[in-house]
Amino acid sequence: MKQALDLYGTLLRVAIAGNIQYRAAGMVWMLGMVIEPVIYLVVWSAVADSRGESVAGYDARDFAAYYLTFFVLHHLTFTWIMEVFQYRVQQGSLSFELLRPIHPIYADIADNVAYKLVMLVVMIPAAVVIALAFEPRFQPVGWSLALLPIAVVLAFFTRFFLEWGLAMSAFWTTRTTAVNRTYYSIYLFLSGRAAPIALLPAWLSGVAEHLPFYAMIGFPVELALGKLSPERALSGLGVQLVWTLFALGFVAMVWRRAVRRFSAVGG
Amino acid sequence: MNALRLLWVFARVGAMGELAYRANFWLQLLESFLAMGSTLGVVAVVVSQTDSLHGWQPAELVAVVGVYFAILGTINLVIAPSLSQFMQDVREGTLDFTLTKPEDAQLLVSVSNVHVFKLIDVVFGLAVLALATARLGTEVGPVQALAFASALLLGAAIVYSFWIALATMAFWFIRLENVLMIFWMVYGAGRWPLGIYPDWMRWGLTLLVPVAFAVTVPAEALTGRLDAATLGGAALVASFALAGSRLFWRRGLRQYSGASA
Repeated sequence: MKQALDLYGTLLRVAIAGNIQYRAAGMVWMLGMVIEPVIYLVVWSAVADSRGESVAGYDARDFAAYYLTFFVLHHLTFTWIMEVFQYRVQQGSLSFELLRPIHPIYADIADNVAYKLVMLVVMIPAAVVIALAFEPRFQPVGWSLALLPIAVVLAFFTRFFLEWGLAMSAFWTTRTTAVNRTYYSIYLFLSGRAAPIALLPAWLSGVAEHLPFYAMIGFPVELALGKLSPERALSGLGVQLVWTLFALGFVAMVWRRAVRRFSAVGG
Repeated sequence: MNALRLLWVFARVGAMGELAYRANFWLQLLESFLAMGSTLGVVAVVVSQTDSLHGWQPAELVAVVGVYFAILGTINLVIAPSLSQFMQDVREGTLDFTLTKPEDAQLLVSVSNVHVFKLIDVVFGLAVLALATARLGTEVGPVQALAFASALLLGAAIVYSFWIALATMAFWFIRLENVLMIFWMVYGAGRWPLGIYPDWMRWGLTLLVPVAFAVTVPAEALTGRLDAATLGGAALVASFALAGSRLFWRRGLRQYSGASA
């Protein structure tokens, strides 16, 4: 246990230093992550305004709360591994990581956490600006907020493992763009990013509720807003747990097959 | 004329280069299809909840998406790849080779790299635009068609000036990729008519990044929303932008010291 803590301590220190060094690139990313939810927020507020009434229980200020929470929780749970993994395989830098006595996924987790810690400096002001500009209405529910940390942790690991596993498609095809784009297109609708899933056609939102995309972000957001009944909150946590375990098994299985295929030219 | 001839030459060279990697065509087709599909999908979800978004009918929203993709494709077809090449040339000093050629340097760096497969986005955009126009049912008379064509051209000119001005900064700053990333992120706002955004965002989307002129104004022309004053304004902005970016380019070029010696 102590060894594991030491390991993470060191990895985290290295990762924080790296993220501070490349802060400009990190800030540009942050800007993108602010703009996208704001666009959807504006669109849905316009829908609520055009109808002159709330849309599936959301009026303009509820949408503001939804997308502000989405922005914050997305920051906490997102990964960029699918964007970068193919370069590790193509350029062979994975060879170095394989030489280390620990699985490369540990360093990635540390890097992810470090980026998020460093970017809090930008994220908090951004969240304040969104809040001032769009006046969200929060009606938090105590028990639901109490469950939120568990939901966020499960969401983080579901997403991390699943995307790490999918990123390894780079071992079989060196151009992973097709896989990534397909994944993000599905994610856009089924996660609650383009719209809260309650606004999708009924059959689709029924399916989406049980898929990992919603478990990764839509569910924690709705939990934070107190939109869910106790039964739905519990079943949502159950779905998250199932997907976390599934994703863990998935990443382990793919990794075993993938490293056997890997043959890089030494650097 | 000379510009078109040069563009044609570089397009042929670009086509020869890309046709060597034909699998990329299918990849690009899938990418464009997914991008267009998800954008239209979001529009579909939105119009399932309301008949009109700030007065824009569903077919008109689809028309905006069409214009958005047509302009996006044009930027990716020639402007973005050429100017990225240019920025790399400044960094590495290989711009020297361009400057020795007996053609206007700004013209050369603007068309030097053509990614022909990006035409797919342009084709998709125009097809969606055509379908949306057909659905609108309103007669698109010669006046409207002319207004649309000129708005589109003016928008393209403004976007081009914006890019050349950004790229010119490469003479002073080494790394600009991040600035270009910002352009792309903000450009995404153009998928929707500008009227839905709050005032402060609308100003940013008109002045800081010319999304308004590139996408919304042409779409307004097609849907009969455009008044002569706005079109005149666009023409004025376009002339200022072209002239200003030209001056800025000349100023930047004097800064360039080359890599020789």
